Amino acid sequence: MVWNRIARTLRAGPLTEPAGAADEATAHALAERLHAASQARLGRSLAIRQVDAGSCNGCELEIHMLNSVVYDLERFGLHFVASPRHADVLLVTGPVTKSMHDALLRTHGATPDPKWVVAVGDCAIDGGVFKGSYAITGGTDSAVPVDLTIRGCPPSPAALLDGLRSLVEANGR
Amino acid sequence: MVSALLGLLALVLHLALMLAAAPLLTGLIRRIKARLVGRIGPPVTQPARDLLRLLRKQPVVSESASWVFRAAPATSFAATLAAAALVPSFALDMSTAPFADLLVVAGLLALSRAATALAALDTGTAFGGIGASREMTFSAFAEPAMFLVIYTLALLVGTTNLDAIAGVLREGALGLRVSLGLVALTGLVVAIAENGRIPVDNPATHLELTMVHEAMVLEYSGRHLALIEAGAMLRLLLWASLLAAVFAPFGMANADAPLRWLPAIGLWAVKLGLLAAVLALFETGTAKMRVFRVPEFLGIAVLLGLLAAIFLFISQGFA
Ligand code: SF4
Repeated sequence: MVWNRIARTLRAGPLTEPAGAADEATAHALAERLHAASQARLGRSLAIRQVDAGSCNGCELEIHMLNSVVYDLERFGLHFVASPRHADVLLVTGPVTKSMHDALLRTHGATPDPKWVVAVGDCAIDGGVFKGSYAITGGTDSAVPVDLTIRGCPPSPAALLDGLRSLVEANGR
Repeated sequence: MVSALLGLLALVLHLALMLAAAPLLTGLIRRIKARLVGRIGPPVTQPARDLLRLLRKQPVVSESASWVFRAAPATSFAATLAAAALVPSFALDMSTAPFADLLVVAGLLALSRAATALAALDTGTAFGGIGASREMTFSAFAEPAMFLVIYTLALLVGTTNLDAIAGVLREGALGLRVSLGLVALTGLVVAIAENGRIPVDNPATHLELTMVHEAMVLEYSGRHLALIEAGAMLRLLLWASLLAAVFAPFGMANADAPLRWLPAIGLWAVKLGLLAAVLALFETGTAKMRVFRVPEFLGIAVLLGLLAAIFLFISQGFA
């Protein structure tokens, strides 16, 4: 029964892994960039829109885990949204295939300023395993300017969480 | 003179409390829901931070949008705020008490909903249309149930004035009645539907095909979105206060007795906290309904409301 489950969960307490301190160096670098561009700080609250620009879906599986009980992204003030109009952060995965190039550009245009683009996974950074393919334009920065990169093929949820948290830190101070 | 001033003071305090408590109530529900599934969850102040973030952003408006799209968020929020001024939280006999008619509250809420639905149709996107049509379908079933609630309460108390109803029920002159219980159930179902909570709609969904309320606001950004979200939070608090005022009115102060205000505010907060806990528990334990089953669910509410009215006639005779 679901009520028994809920009662057990309540008794056991949260299963979320405790998080260490955020990545100071990255947060500092991001904050400097914000300052240089004299952008408004959004505070400890960011909405994320995930954009699949032709990925193999390995990255999406890991991103999905951020919503799980173990990583619980929401406790840091981050959450996923259903529309680029609601978003502050575009989480781009995949090597930007020719057919997704335009879609990525339009999503970027539909996102209100100030906004950040985070390239997730080796594909999104420089094409990764698809480097040199005729079907891709190669890396997120071939379409839109990138603010932060998270390496890995796919990156682990912990690495994703580190990267996103430094973004919140940069906005929150 | 003094009592009029005190009524005004209570109203100002009431509005300030409502505006401050609205994001906190939503945050509290989210926090409890996270705890119930084993997450730590966002801090209670997170919805307030989200609103501040949205205010700092530059809104994007699509080229095909007309003035309806731009006017709707403010209209919708203003109507909800006006309704919130009428629903008593901690004190009865505020300055707005003479106009606090339940029919007016229902009308203002309908106005707010109509504005959002029109705006959703305005940009011509597919999901906006789907959301608007679903929202209006649901409200076509929820509104009759709401009116049956008002009708039964009016039969019981002899007025549709919310303040007077709460006053009479606070004295406990009516005692426990079957119709009152049925009306409370109907009111709960209507509140769930009006606020887009599970099982009618899922406030946390990201699947466009299952959305109802959120599908209508997909096109909004920046301060427009902030107004819409604040309106939704305020509406949730308004319904919670309304249910508390009618079905658990004990401990509410009178506006002309300022010494009683503080304990009344505390009691109001306790009632809201309890409602939030119950709602979170219910939402964690149940699944969202298929869209086509929602009219049946709301039909049950209409039926219960009808039963309440009939029971009342039977027990009182047709005199
Ligand atoms: S980085 Fe790796 S896991 Fe991610 S989309 Fe590319 S190939 Fe797939």
